[in-house]
Amino acid sequence: MALTFLALPVLAIFLRVSPTTLVHELSDPVARDALVVSLRTSALAQVLVVALGTPTAYLLATRRFRGRNVLLTVVELPLVLPPAVAGIGLLAAFGRTGLLSTSIPFTQLAVVLAIAFVSAPFFVRTAVASFEALDPTLIAAARTLGAGPWRVFLRIALPLAASGLGAGLALSFARGLGEFGATIMFAGSLQRLTQTLSLAIYAEFARNFDVALAMGALLVAFSFILLLVVKWLSFGWTSPFRSVPSSSA
Amino acid sequence: MAELRLDVAVPLRAFELRVALDVGAETVAVVGPSGAGKSTLLRAVAGLVPSRGHVRVNGDDWSSLPPERRSVGFVFQDYALFPHLSVRGNVAFGGEPGNVLERLGIGHLADARPRDLSGGERQRVALARALARKPQVLLLDEPLAALDPHTRDTIRVELRATLRELGLPTIVVTHDFVDAAALADRVGVLVDGKLVQVGRADELISAPVSPFVARFAGGNVLHGAARRVDTLTSVELDDRNVIVSSDDAVGEVAAVVYPWDVTLSRALPSDSAQNHVQGSVTSVVPVANRMRVTVGAVTAEITAESAQRLQIREGDLLVASWKATATRLVAL
Repeated sequence: MALTFLALPVLAIFLRVSPTTLVHELSDPVARDALVVSLRTSALAQVLVVALGTPTAYLLATRRFRGRNVLLTVVELPLVLPPAVAGIGLLAAFGRTGLLSTSIPFTQLAVVLAIAFVSAPFFVRTAVASFEALDPTLIAAARTLGAGPWRVFLRIALPLAASGLGAGLALSFARGLGEFGATIMFAGSLQRLTQTLSLAIYAEFARNFDVALAMGALLVAFSFILLLVVKWLSFGWTSPFRSVPSSSA
Repeated sequence: MAELRLDVAVPLRAFELRVALDVGAETVAVVGPSGAGKSTLLRAVAGLVPSRGHVRVNGDDWSSLPPERRSVGFVFQDYALFPHLSVRGNVAFGGEPGNVLERLGIGHLADARPRDLSGGERQRVALARALARKPQVLLLDEPLAALDPHTRDTIRVELRATLRELGLPTIVVTHDFVDAAALADRVGVLVDGKLVQVGRADELISAPVSPFVARFAGGNVLHGAARRVDTLTSVELDDRNVIVSSDDAVGEVAAVVYPWDVTLSRALPSDSAQNHVQGSVTSVVPVANRMRVTVGAVTAEITAESAQRLQIREGDLLVASWKATATRLVAL
C-alpha cells in the first residue's frame, strides 16, 4: 500500500507522455536555461558545502567541548526549518536592509547560498557520522608515527571517511537540486539567472504542462541516480574499510 | 646508554594509575589482569593520554610533548594498520622503511593490503612500521594476544630475538605471564594501577610478594596458619590438611606451590616429598606436551606420558605430592 502510494506520482510523470516527448520537451528554451542554472548553482553550492562542511564535521566529530551539542543542533536546524523561514532568514541576513547589507539577493549567488543553506546539513550530518566511525586507534597510531593533526586529517581521516563523505555529498546534492522555497524568496525566479529546474516547473506547469512534466522527469532521474550512489557508497565500500575496534585494557 | 625514566599518574575510573619505572636497554614486561591500567601506562608514555609526573628519555623531558614529537615505536593490540595503505605505505608512514621489511621477513608483502595478511604477518608489519620511525623507545601492547597458539609460539621466539638485537628501552604489556617471562628481562606486576613487584621472572616465581603475584606466575595459592616445628614450618590449611615448608613464617600465610613441582600418584608415594594432599580430579587439560591436572585445590602439571601411565580421568581419587622446599610462604 505504502509503496504504491509512494510510487504512483513518480510513475504518473513517466506514464502520462511518451519518453520521446519528454526528451523533446527538454529542448524548450525555458527547460534548457533552467537545467544550466540548476547544474551551475548546485555544483557551486556543493563545492561550498564540502569545503566548509568537511573541516566543521571533523572538528565536531573529534573534539569534545562545551556547547558541542548546541552546535550540532544549529547545523541540523535547516533540516526541519520551513523553506519560507530559510528564505526570510537569508533575506534578513544578506538583504540590502539586512544584517550584512549586501546586494546578493536576486542574483545567481543568492541561489547558490540558498541551496548551500538547505542542503549543508545533509552533508555535515553524514560527514560527522563517518568521522565518528573512524577507529580511534588508527588516529592514535598515526600520531605515534609522527603525524601532527593536519597530516592525520589528510592522510588517515579523510581517505578512510571518503565513502561516507561521498554519500553525504550525494544526499546534499539531491536535496539542493530540489530546493524551491528559500530560492524563490531569496533569489526570485528569473529565467537564465536564478530560475532553477524546480522553479521552472512551477512557472511552466500552468503554461505548458508537458515541459513542466519533462523537467520533473529529469529531476526524478537525477534524484534516483544520486540515491543509488548513496547506497553504493554506504554499503558497497565502507564495510571492508572498517577495521576491528580495539578492546585494550 | 639508552634509558627511559618514567614517573606518571593518570586518573582512571576506579583508581589512579601511578607508576615509577626506569627502563634501560632492556625489555620490561608489565603484566596484570585486564583493567589494571596496563594499556593506559603505554598510552601515557606515548602521550596519547594526559598524565601528571614526567617521562624522560635519554635525558630529554617528554612530559609536555604531543605524541607526534615523542620518539616512540608503538605496536597496538590489534596492530592498527591503516586499511587504505599497502604494507609499504603503512611502514613508510612513519619513516624511511630502509631494509626493515626484509629484516622482518615481509619484503614479499610490500604491495599487499592489511586485510589480505595473516595475523602473524600483520604483527610483523606493525613492528616494522614502529621501527621505521627509528624510535628511542618501543611500546608493545599485547603483541601476541591476537595470534592463534601455533603462530604465537613462532612470533614469540622471533620477537624476543628482535628485541634483544634492537637493545631499545622496551615496555611490553601482556596479561600472560608465560609471554612476559619469554620476552622480557624483567617483569612488573600491575594491580589496580600500582606496580606491586618488579623483578626477573624467576624472582617473581621464587619470592612473590603477594598471593596475587604468585597466582599470576602460575602458582597454586593455599590459605592457612603457620607455626614453627623444629627446623621447618608447619601450615594447617583451611581444609584441615597440614603441609610443611622450608620457608620461615608464623601466623596467617599463603602457601604457594607451582604446578611443575607437584607429582601425582594413585597411592601415597614413598619418595622424599613431605607434602601429600588427597583429592578427586576435577579437570584434565592438555597444555602443549603436558597435562594440567587439578586435584582438589592443587593443580599439577605432569608430562603426557605420566598422565598416560596413570590413566587419569575426572573423578579419580589421586594424591598430589611436593617437597617442603617447593612450598613458598607469603605472610599475609
